Amino acid sequence: MNDLTPNREERTANLKGMGCARKRVEDARFTQGQGNYVDDVKLPGMLHGDFVRSPYAHARVKSINKEAALALPGVVAVLTAEDLAPLNLHWMPTLAGDKQMVLADGKVLFQGQEVAFVVANDRYIAADAVELVEVDYEELPVITDPFEALQSDVVLREDLAGQTEGAHGPRKHHNHIFTWEQGDEAATNQVMDSAEVVAEESMYYHRTHPCPLETCGSVASMDKVNGKLTLWGTFQAPHVVRTVAALLSGIEEHNIRVISPDIGGGFGNKVGVYPGYICSIVASIVTGKPVKWVEDRMENLMSTAFARDYWMKGKISATKEGKITGLHCHVTADHGGFDACADPTKFPAGFMNICTGSYDIPVAYLGVDGVYTNKAPGGVSYRCSFRVTEAVYFIERMIEVLAIELDMDAAELRRINFIKKEQFPYTAALGWEYDSGDYHTAWDKALKTVDYEGLRAEQAERVEAFKRGETRKLMGVGLSFFTEIVGAGPVKNCDILGMGMFDSCEIRIHPTGSAIARLGTISQGQGHATTFAQILASEIGISADSITIEEGDTDTAPYGLGTYGSRSTPVAGAATALAGRKIRAKAQMIAAYLLEVHDDDVEFDVDRFVVKGAPERFSTMKDIAYAAYNQAIPGLEPGLEAVSYYDPPNMTYPFGAYVCVMDIDVDTGVPEIRRFYALDDCGTRINPMIIEGQVHGGLTEALAVALGQEIAYDDLGNVKTGTLMDFFLPTAWEVPNYETDFTVTPSPHHPIGAKGVGESPHVGGVPCFSNAVQDAFRAFGLRHTNMPHDHWRIWQTANKLGLHD
Amino acid sequence: MIPAAFDYYRPTDMAGVLALLQQHGDDARVMAGGHSLIPMMKLRMAEVPHLIDLQDVAGLDQISLSAEEITLGAMVTQHTIINHPDLVQAAPILREAALQIADPQVRYMGTIGGNVANGDPGNDMPGLMQCLDAKLTLVGPEGERQVAARDYYEAAYMTDRADDEVLVAITMPVPQGGFAYEKQKRKIGDYATAAAAVQIGKADGKVATASVAMTNLSDVPVWSEAANAALVGTECAPEAVKAAVAAMLGDIDPSEDNRGPVAFKRHVAGVVLTRAINRAWSRA
Ligand SMILES: Cc1cc2nc3c(=O)[nH]c(=O)nc-3n(C[C@H](O)[C@H](O)[C@H](O)COP(=O)(O)OP(=O)(O)OC[C@H]3O[C@@H](n4cnc5c(N)ncnc54)[C@H](O)[C@@H]3O)c2cc1C
Repeated sequence: MNDLTPNREERTANLKGMGCARKRVEDARFTQGQGNYVDDVKLPGMLHGDFVRSPYAHARVKSINKEAALALPGVVAVLTAEDLAPLNLHWMPTLAGDKQMVLADGKVLFQGQEVAFVVANDRYIAADAVELVEVDYEELPVITDPFEALQSDVVLREDLAGQTEGAHGPRKHHNHIFTWEQGDEAATNQVMDSAEVVAEESMYYHRTHPCPLETCGSVASMDKVNGKLTLWGTFQAPHVVRTVAALLSGIEEHNIRVISPDIGGGFGNKVGVYPGYICSIVASIVTGKPVKWVEDRMENLMSTAFARDYWMKGKISATKEGKITGLHCHVTADHGGFDACADPTKFPAGFMNICTGSYDIPVAYLGVDGVYTNKAPGGVSYRCSFRVTEAVYFIERMIEVLAIELDMDAAELRRINFIKKEQFPYTAALGWEYDSGDYHTAWDKALKTVDYEGLRAEQAERVEAFKRGETRKLMGVGLSFFTEIVGAGPVKNCDILGMGMFDSCEIRIHPTGSAIARLGTISQGQGHATTFAQILASEIGISADSITIEEGDTDTAPYGLGTYGSRSTPVAGAATALAGRKIRAKAQMIAAYLLEVHDDDVEFDVDRFVVKGAPERFSTMKDIAYAAYNQAIPGLEPGLEAVSYYDPPNMTYPFGAYVCVMDIDVDTGVPEIRRFYALDDCGTRINPMIIEGQVHGGLTEALAVALGQEIAYDDLGNVKTGTLMDFFLPTAWEVPNYETDFTVTPSPHHPIGAKGVGESPHVGGVPCFSNAVQDAFRAFGLRHTNMPHDHWRIWQTANKLGLHD
Repeated sequence: MIPAAFDYYRPTDMAGVLALLQQHGDDARVMAGGHSLIPMMKLRMAEVPHLIDLQDVAGLDQISLSAEEITLGAMVTQHTIINHPDLVQAAPILREAALQIADPQVRYMGTIGGNVANGDPGNDMPGLMQCLDAKLTLVGPEGERQVAARDYYEAAYMTDRADDEVLVAITMPVPQGGFAYEKQKRKIGDYATAAAAVQIGKADGKVATASVAMTNLSDVPVWSEAANAALVGTECAPEAVKAAVAAMLGDIDPSEDNRGPVAFKRHVAGVVLTRAINRAWSRA
């Protein structure tokens, strides 16, 4: 060894392993326009599909006349439900145990519903032909309100007539889907009845949409000669899509190859199966040519999976000192025309039962009623684990309302009710076992950093100045403390269409000491190629720069359940670490052979194995990789590969403390975000820079939802916010500077202690922005007002409080 | 979002444009920057079988300035308006308003002519042109004529321009005194919830001239003579501003949409106008 020999620290740095703010390896490609998205897939002879969609929210389809469309030169086919029926593909199963029309079968249930699929030689002809398909509709009464739906004689789902039993138990009414109950209602009511203080509030979490920049689409290519179907698509779960495609089409699964190429954002929107995917497959089978379908922005907003739309009624009880004693929550969930929620099978309202939040609440009850209306189906987890955004918004609003009821500071109320560090693992009243947490430390750090007391003093002064007529701006201090539940999930209770929610990683080490690892997940912008290589680098001592990460091709990647609900790092990340450890175990034997010592006499040291007590005798991972392929090692197979399938023992529970300071112009309703502080604890931090990027993105989508982003309908079921002019997608201009911070509480059951972070900022951010708006008006008597807090609604709040008089 | 098929023309002179318009009548339309027209075509709300691009028509992107008058060719882009030093000096309100329109990408393409000719109540330039008392020069088969911006707008997308006429230039007196363009919108790239263009001339500590117009609060831009009258001769004190606002509120007629209900829009109109008047006065 000499001065040029890298020391241990330098060797560690060279690995670019865990904890390193490594630049995203994906970005060179994306920033130079070299991504490969579904719409970039162009095959010889490829045809193009486009949908005829219903202009009505509820109507009978009396007839469809294709003649004029078929007569247009370049049109190859026009598919309707009648054409799909012989294949039994005019309906498809949903992830929620319901079924959904692929093409209108006798009636339509929401505006934008797929009625016919036109296939043509090019995209333009397809669009022209759509106009030529004549559909005769008979309008039916429209129901856009779930409460009205439960009273109405109008039967939305005639196909379910007489079915009193649904996928999740009894149906109470022909427009009712399910009732899901958790916790102990009698015990909760009892606590409420004798409580010193009870606060009640009803809140509506409006319908919104994940709106990924890339819309949904697919290219199906049926090769009739060898019987193989290749399907490129915007799939957050490509392996599940393959299984579903096999089950629906009857094509054997080995003859189906599903490829998720680069995906331009998903946020839950690309978890489900859409009619366009099915139609492109059928059209390719029928025509024998590749068929592409890519929806446009309006179609995406109008017809693909929405998020939220929860009417939540809450009751929270406490002692006079503010110790919470019980929580009651009832949700009326608007699922639209079909129940296509994307949740694990046994959780029809997702993990809404995490609604006790970060607080030690002894008894609780949650009831959820799912209802059909004339709106688009969906109900996906938009940048959150299943319905966690709704749960956290609910509890973080209930805390604020309780603070008002108690005339208490909301930060203090949170502090005295947090689950204490020593209580973990903590079993909540609604059943979840929180793996770890240190909420008080995070909270104190957050409040201290923002000078919470100073902010409150300033706010009090502002209120006085406002009352004296010296200012027209009020100041709001938004607080939120959230606990997410991510990493679905243990196979014993989590499955999607029967597939357990494990995930996987397969590693091959090449002879010259570089590697490829394939995972069952699929990045949609999360930076998997960067971070998973870092996990592996630390585990196997090969630089992250020498590791290729590949996902999304079902012919090459091991089976996995995909990427959503912040599950990639908790599940596939664990599989990666464990597969890495298998590699290391074999590498240890090879090293011992090369160093001519017993297996137990070598130990792993960053990028090599060294002889214990004699570090100058070592074998690097490069040497070991080569030896695996060129030496006959007694008792060992050649090669260096490993695969691991990981069934998580529990979810992981990231948490965080957020503070937002906002100034609100009461005359224009314009909010100005002065400061946003976000402390996230996602356990072990793999790449701080990627975490920061995820936090910025999640907060921005939180800002969007809280301050204006909605899918609004008029009484006739027309979508009022169908373009980006009206559907609020913030730009850099609307986004404040975010201050990020962290604490580290590793998950005790995860191989590397990581918890998942992509969705935390959204989950915690929405209530924080909303609370800031609402807090600004607290001094003037506001208890609660619904999101989205766009200008006119804020103005209306001020107006109702008499602030314009 | 795929337009119906259309034929595309790119004439190099006005005669060529007019010939095409005559030949195809209602089926033809001129296109300037395309940032209002193309979205409408993609939504199939506008069907234009014959699309005549003005980009290559010589001489439409000129700016000429004299001590008294400004003339902007119809094809002058919003980007140019923001970045033309002499123009910015002569009429800073043009820049202040153009910066509130859409985003840089749209402004590279969007033209003043397209914005003014369009007749969309959401466009910002029409109200501003009324405030500045601009005259629009139209060329048609019968030759050239001028119409005042204040007389040009009839209803949403209905203007005094005949189908076979083309807007070639906009002429306005060099504005005098203090100015302000104030706009409330939901986000960058949004049309106005309410916007106000104000130009105030001052003499002896009093308002000598006032011109006030508002955008997206009616199906046409609203230039309010009553509001102007309420300001002239006053010291622009709060009562005078209030009177001007009250006058303007009598002239606007907003309708409910995703930007909010009528009561909100009327309130915000008042606030926006008050701020614009105060800012213009402070600069007068
Ligand atoms: C995302 C987005 C946001 C926007 N936000 C705003 C905003 O906030 N405020 C705003 O004012 N505008 C806004 N716009 C519109 C933009 O400024 C347009 O560019 C402008 O309104 C029209 O100019 P254009 O040159 O693009 O006209 P075009 O789209 O080419 O034409 C518009 C109409 O005018 C006609 N026309 C054009 N030129 C002439 C002419 N010389 N003679 C006769 N008729 C003519 C065309 O036939 C057409 O009917 C926005 C546009 C977009 C895409």
